[in-house]
Amino acid sequence: MSHRLRVNPIACEAHGMCAELLPERITLDEWGYPVIDGEPLEARLLDHAKRAAQACPTFALLVERERRT
Amino acid sequence: MSVSLAAAGPSIYWYLTRSTGAVALVLLTLAIALGVLDVRRFSTPRWPRFLVDSLHRNVSLLAMVFLGFHILTSILDSFAPISLADAFIPFAGVYRPFWLGLGAISFDLLLAVTITSLLRKRMGYASWRAIHWLTYASWPIALLHGLGTGSDVKSTWLLALSLACVAVVLAAVLARVIAGWPENLGLRAAALGGAAAFSLFLLLWLPGGPLGSEWARRSGTPSSLLGHSSSASASTVASR
Amino acid sequence: MTGSPSPMTEAPSEATLPGPDAAPALPRLLAGIPAHGAMSLDAHLALHGPLPLERRRGRRAESPLIGRIERARLGGRGGAGFPTATKLRAVAQGRGRGVVVINVTEGEPASEKDRTLAAALPHLLLDGGQLAAAAVGAEELIVCVCESAHASIASIATAISERDRLHEPAQMNLTAVPSGYVSGQESALVNYLNGGPAIPTFTPPLPFEQGVKRRRTLVSNAETLAHVALIARHGSRWFRELGMPSQPGSALVTLSGPLAHPGVYEIEHGASLSSLIDAAGGTTAAVSAALLGGYAGAWIDARFLHGVALSDEHLAPHGASIGAGVVLLLSNEACPVAETARVARWLAGESSGQCGPCIHGLDALAGTVEEIAGGVADANAAQRIARLSSLVRRRGACGHPDGAVNFITSAVDTFAADFDDHARHGRCDACGRPGELPLPRSPQGAGRPRERSRSS
Repeated sequence: MSHRLRVNPIACEAHGMCAELLPERITLDEWGYPVIDGEPLEARLLDHAKRAAQACPTFALLVERERRT
Repeated sequence: MSVSLAAAGPSIYWYLTRSTGAVALVLLTLAIALGVLDVRRFSTPRWPRFLVDSLHRNVSLLAMVFLGFHILTSILDSFAPISLADAFIPFAGVYRPFWLGLGAISFDLLLAVTITSLLRKRMGYASWRAIHWLTYASWPIALLHGLGTGSDVKSTWLLALSLACVAVVLAAVLARVIAGWPENLGLRAAALGGAAAFSLFLLLWLPGGPLGSEWARRSGTPSSLLGHSSSASASTVASR
Repeated sequence: MTGSPSPMTEAPSEATLPGPDAAPALPRLLAGIPAHGAMSLDAHLALHGPLPLERRRGRRAESPLIGRIERARLGGRGGAGFPTATKLRAVAQGRGRGVVVINVTEGEPASEKDRTLAAALPHLLLDGGQLAAAAVGAEELIVCVCESAHASIASIATAISERDRLHEPAQMNLTAVPSGYVSGQESALVNYLNGGPAIPTFTPPLPFEQGVKRRRTLVSNAETLAHVALIARHGSRWFRELGMPSQPGSALVTLSGPLAHPGVYEIEHGASLSSLIDAAGGTTAAVSAALLGGYAGAWIDARFLHGVALSDEHLAPHGASIGAGVVLLLSNEACPVAETARVARWLAGESSGQCGPCIHGLDALAGTVEEIAGGVADANAAQRIARLSSLVRRRGACGHPDGAVNFITSAVDTFAADFDDHARHGRCDACGRPGELPLPRSPQGAGRPRERSRSS
């Protein structure tokens, strides 16, 4: 079961905490908004990703579980 | 072990109540300052955003812990008749009902803020935010509670501490209000006006109020406790 | 461009566009379209026959209409081309009450087909809506029209009351929606119907699972449902007699630009662009390129236009698609760089202002194109456009930034020589001309290039 990162771009207000807490997978563009790829998260990063999602003041960062197809 | 205390002097709980109250005030002040730094997106290389944010959250929780002890010890203390209900229901108590009641109000507001913050995920962002604003109301009420009920109010350390906290909160409010000026000008002006009015009120009230004579009686201490009461405790404190 | 049907749409009913067989098969949707006003219910029923509405049965068996639409391979005509049967099925499978929304908002400035249908042939739309409602098990049918499309509003209102006597199962309501490029986006429409502003929302959940009043909702383009109205009567095989195996049937296109008779035409998929231009009386000026799809679409240079046919399959090699059926010709006299800058700036302004990458990215892109148009761009302008384009894609809540990026990058590519020329030498003689590409007169929509901030 894998997880992926997703950003709710409407909720996002470019606080940037996610990039601080998960620099391995999240970078900020020139306006401060997160850039993420859609690749599955490595297991070792999962806890950090969840912490990053918790830290987001607007809950814009989502850690989504893959649905088994 | 509280039986002997009425004659012997203040109990350990009474000291704990005062000290936890003072610490809670300091922590709440710090929480507000950190909250403003957070919303203003303060950060430096050594103080990243997530640090300011989690510090704000943790200091707030710590403040609630001290507040919890403050309430507990005030109930356990046998000197002043304070019940558990008095912590939640304002103005129904026997001991300095008005000033104690302010503490209950402040605590109720902070409870609402704390619970909604712990359950943030389940609420809409807008509702959570609206309730969070109550912290700005809870602080001055808590301060007045402390100045009104606290028996140390005439002591230098507490006065200095309180005024320092007031200064920090005023600075925080100012910093918060100027962010995004002049949007929502009415609200911002009202906030500044409120802060100024509160400060003025303190300046005018303190000398004739808690710092004046016979405050214990005027603030509603039950007459049975007057006499071997706050004046004795005040002198006991002063002599330490 | 007029809001009422162009009189020339009657001509193609006689001189049909060449199809694989010689039998006159067009017009289908536009058959009998009146030159003025709307076709009455009686005339509509006389022309097309009664509406084969299935009465409500048990919800277990799937409605046969869905299978028919699937075999017809009907795709959405709002721009995305999503398979209609798949959408119907997804809504039908949900629980609770359902809602069908007919989307006639048509925010695309160069498109007029939907409002033409609404103003002149409203019963085709309402037929399709009732059929879809029966197929998915919905009893509420909402027609959404742009608040400035007065002819459509009047016509649909009249048509709804005309149909009272039919006692149809789905209750019909007309709602006027504020004009805006993104107001007609599916989630924006649902948002508005739920009492919010007409701006997109974060999905999931998508409308098919949770839409109007949290009910499973089918949002369908007007033309799509018009096709449904005819497929229900004549079947999928009939539908496939025209068009191509990969994209059967007919479609409405809005043809505009320097032409003798611009307007809304019905073509079969795969018809050549040349034959369409001929049907419109030919061009009145030399053409430099054609925009396909809309302002989220792509340009095709003039030298390729002779061989271009109008189907997704034929347009794909050119990086284009039918989209919302816009075929917009740009004359040789216009400055493509200035036009691109105008449209890019307009697209930036139409952002709903909710997502940072869209607000800032489209603004920066428009700014860069404007600099090139004005001859004040630095050497990195082209690179900046490429970098911003990849930075903006897929980072908004809706497809608006992606569409704008498609348009701009296609323009930069197709008009490479003009862009290069402007970058080196500044403004050209044509730069000062009034804009040719159609844009609404006044700023419309909810978007401003400034963040909708929730913090005060």
